[in-house]
Amino acid sequence: MTTASSSTGHRSDPALFDYLLRLGDDSLILAQRLSEWCGHAPMIEVDLSISNVALDLVGQATLLLDYAGEVEGKGRDGDKLAFHRDALRFRNCLLVEQPNGDFGQTMARQYLFSTCQRLLFRGLAQSTDARLAGIAAKALKEIEYHADWSAEWVVRLGDGTPESRERMINGFAWMWRFVDELFQVDEIDAAIAKAGIAPARDSLRAAFNAELKKTFEAATLPLAPLPAAILGGRKGHHSEHLGHLLAAMQFLPRAYPGATW
Amino acid sequence: MSSPLGTGWRDRIMHVLANVPDPEVPAVSIVDLGIVRDVRENPPAVIITPTYTGCPATDVIKGSIRQALDLADFRDVGVETTLTPPWTTDWISDTGREKLRAYGIAPPPHSSTLRAKQLPACPRCGSTNTQEISRFGSTPCKALWRCLSCAEPFDHFKCH
Repeated sequence: MTTASSSTGHRSDPALFDYLLRLGDDSLILAQRLSEWCGHAPMIEVDLSISNVALDLVGQATLLLDYAGEVEGKGRDGDKLAFHRDALRFRNCLLVEQPNGDFGQTMARQYLFSTCQRLLFRGLAQSTDARLAGIAAKALKEIEYHADWSAEWVVRLGDGTPESRERMINGFAWMWRFVDELFQVDEIDAAIAKAGIAPARDSLRAAFNAELKKTFEAATLPLAPLPAAILGGRKGHHSEHLGHLLAAMQFLPRAYPGATW
Repeated sequence: MSSPLGTGWRDRIMHVLANVPDPEVPAVSIVDLGIVRDVRENPPAVIITPTYTGCPATDVIKGSIRQALDLADFRDVGVETTLTPPWTTDWISDTGREKLRAYGIAPPPHSSTLRAKQLPACPRCGSTNTQEISRFGSTPCKALWRCLSCAEPFDHFKCH
């Protein structure tokens, strides 16, 4: 485990490498999940929307994991990190690997993730690490759209028909357990925050709660205290869902090493 | 001071780039869209910036620039990508905006007017009696709208 003194944003910095994996894996795994909707969404416009969000997230993942590979200094690039790592080595939060469920469940997950990601990336755009600041400023413009779009769906479904409302409530009921992890601060987050590379995640919680309250009021949905949290994604302790997701995502490059278009 | 690239190299390279179309919206060039950020002399390189992080057109654009530079005998001029500052639709030239409109795509508003919530004008009939169908369209940079006057759907280049 690294200490704060080693996280100065220089190459071969294990804390920065791990932190970039967390960011990149969040985007990558959610992108893969969203891609499962391609051709199956309730409407063609929604199909395009989800695919576009997935594409933006793949773009973020590519930039973040390429950078992670450079920081690690062992010759791995974004593709290598995405396709040739096992589940235990992934550092994404548990939220993004949760199954799509129905459209309500997918929108609940998207809303929670994008709302948090928007707050985080606003801070990252001011990072002392210029490379990360550039990536974040670029990605933030896309994330703003994802957050607004998913909030609109939460309101539309929550304040919709009895069935859409029930599905939205059920969707959030699945996801609440994984919200606390988004704001968890361990020794890596603390070291990164101390170096001014990223805001400490727990500092984003108040703004997130305010946003949640605003959206739920507009959606006429009830907000209850969160159930007990499930943690572990940042240490590689994942749900069984991630293994199945990776099997689909990694099959081709592993079965046919070096394959290109 | 002479350059190894020859006299007037910058104008000549810009002329080459002005004829490289965007692969998704071939009516406009990459210069019109503001994707070309700089032409550097030493080491010689064209600096471009992606519109969206995951836009698959970025690789195609790089390939098209490479091909166009090679054909114009600028084989030693590289193609580099930068993220900073991030691309904005404010960099789309006035010519580019007019070309987009003529092509059937409502051009983006300038970010300075974004908060005014002005609706895009229908690129066909010019009416501003328009409505958003979907925030995401056929490419990352576009949203899907419809005109309530002439009833035609149209693409709107999103303010970004």
